[in-house]
Amino acid sequence: MTARIFAYVPHRNGVPDDCAGELVAAAKRIDSGVSPTAIVAGFGSELDAVCSALCASYAEIWKIDKEVLAYPNSELVRQALVKVIPPGSVVLCPHDHFGIDLAPGLSIKLNAAYLPDAVEIESIDGDNLKAVRQEFGGQVSAHVRCDISSGAVITIRPGAFKAQETTVLNGNVVDKSHEAGSFSAKRRYVQTIVAEAGDVDITKHAVLVSIGRGIQEKDNVAIAEELAEALGAAVSCSRPVVDAKWLDKSRQVGSSGKTVKPKVYLACGISGSFQHLAGLKGSPFLVAINKNPKAPIFQVADIGIVDDILEFLPEMTEKVNEMRAVAAK
Amino acid sequence: MEILVCVRRVPDTSENEIALNVAGSDIERDDLVYSINEPDNYAVEEALQIVGRVGGKVTVVTVGTEDDEEVLRREMAMGATHGVLLTDDAFTGSDARGIAHILQAFVQKGSYDVILTGVQAEDGGAQVGGMLAALLDYPFASLVTAIEVLDGKKLKISREIEGGNKEVSEIDLPCVLSIQTGINEPRYVGMRGIRAVASVPIETYGTSELAIDSTSVGTAGAKVRRVDYFVPAATKSAEILRGSREENIDKLLELVAAKGGLK
Repeated sequence: MTARIFAYVPHRNGVPDDCAGELVAAAKRIDSGVSPTAIVAGFGSELDAVCSALCASYAEIWKIDKEVLAYPNSELVRQALVKVIPPGSVVLCPHDHFGIDLAPGLSIKLNAAYLPDAVEIESIDGDNLKAVRQEFGGQVSAHVRCDISSGAVITIRPGAFKAQETTVLNGNVVDKSHEAGSFSAKRRYVQTIVAEAGDVDITKHAVLVSIGRGIQEKDNVAIAEELAEALGAAVSCSRPVVDAKWLDKSRQVGSSGKTVKPKVYLACGISGSFQHLAGLKGSPFLVAINKNPKAPIFQVADIGIVDDILEFLPEMTEKVNEMRAVAAK
Repeated sequence: MEILVCVRRVPDTSENEIALNVAGSDIERDDLVYSINEPDNYAVEEALQIVGRVGGKVTVVTVGTEDDEEVLRREMAMGATHGVLLTDDAFTGSDARGIAHILQAFVQKGSYDVILTGVQAEDGGAQVGGMLAALLDYPFASLVTAIEVLDGKKLKISREIEGGNKEVSEIDLPCVLSIQTGINEPRYVGMRGIRAVASVPIETYGTSELAIDSTSVGTAGAKVRRVDYFVPAATKSAEILRGSREENIDKLLELVAAKGGLK
């Protein structure tokens, strides 16, 4: 394994993405002796701040500093990377909304293999990389072999590789801007629309009754609302409930929704995709109620109950209300 | 506007528990219920809504076998004008790049303004759309949650980014977009609708019609291949309450109260 390993690190407001350390950890799974090179694209003082921050965890940082890259339009970032990255390299980036936008096309333009959404890298044998991916919402995993003889673009699932504390590396910043050449955009950034607040702020609640696909239809949302009312909690949800328009987007927990930090999280009829779990921070007491005993949520929950939420939740509400009535006497 | 939507038939995870076969070489497929990959269905609905506003036609295409015709018919029942099956023994074992090559060859036989895919398949990695765009040198956007047709051969699109925020861009035609679920409310398809398109011919193309170099597709062309399936050992697993429902509720409320969840 002689290929050079690069980590493309996204950033915002002058701060590198949390993935920066995780990409180093993933690179070391490919080659334990390697020090990956960070690549960052952006403009001016914000980019310089990013480079300074990355100096602690990377020995070398390549920066592409162009006014046109002030907003990370993946089409323009790709054009720059194709010119700067040597053939045969392995390029890591996070499997997030930016990586999904950038990586597939980058792999074609670099004539490299594309391995998406790796959760583990098990071994490397010559040009054969063996990695683990998850399929069917995490119900099963698969070993995947990837031929990296002409290089590879690998997206890394956020949170799957643990960043390690390393000695401060005092990295060296190399300016590659002059190699990036000219740009032409067929896709042009217009603006960012910030999410609306919604009627209930689920980020402020200590207890969340959170519902997923298992709620089955819009009329059943009421049984979750009744339990939430009895508990003094709020109702949140996973993506399929918002897709079906049963609850407002502001109630969605996950990487494309809200990040919440409750004390108690009741996951009701939620399978537990990594995108959903990414929105759950602060290690809440996690209860999973799901009629599918194989639902991945049971692997991360503290307490699991295999039951039909459509029957379980109303009975639980009734019990809470009885307890309240007794306590009030 | 001519719109091509790339679709796939996948095991329906809302109808099935996915389990491994005995050898671990594949998932157990014997009793699986298959259906259209959910994000692809949103993509077809979006295409139909666009041609409903500005005129045009929608073609649905899949790479697969005769078994996959059922999802083409389903999407034709929704309103797609043409269904196309790209099928050849040489395609077996293709990785995402191979599938993108096959689709590229088909796209180049026609003239499409917009190519849509679903954001991701149940067993996929959100790959083919971005690869297809790069092979065609078309612009690409992933995770699209809104499309507006503008004058002058371009679209205004929104993408889903972090925290529920949206990134708005303009994109030139022709382009490839991957469609996120929730962009619209896909129309209902009944048995009657499916029967109505049951005899509409489905066009079929293989390597020779598409002039595909067989070394770029199938197992031979695959840089990435699945070795086996497995269920990882749980690093942590929930304490399962195994009492009656009433006992479970009592125990759960006790635990929730102890964690400060009952005020």
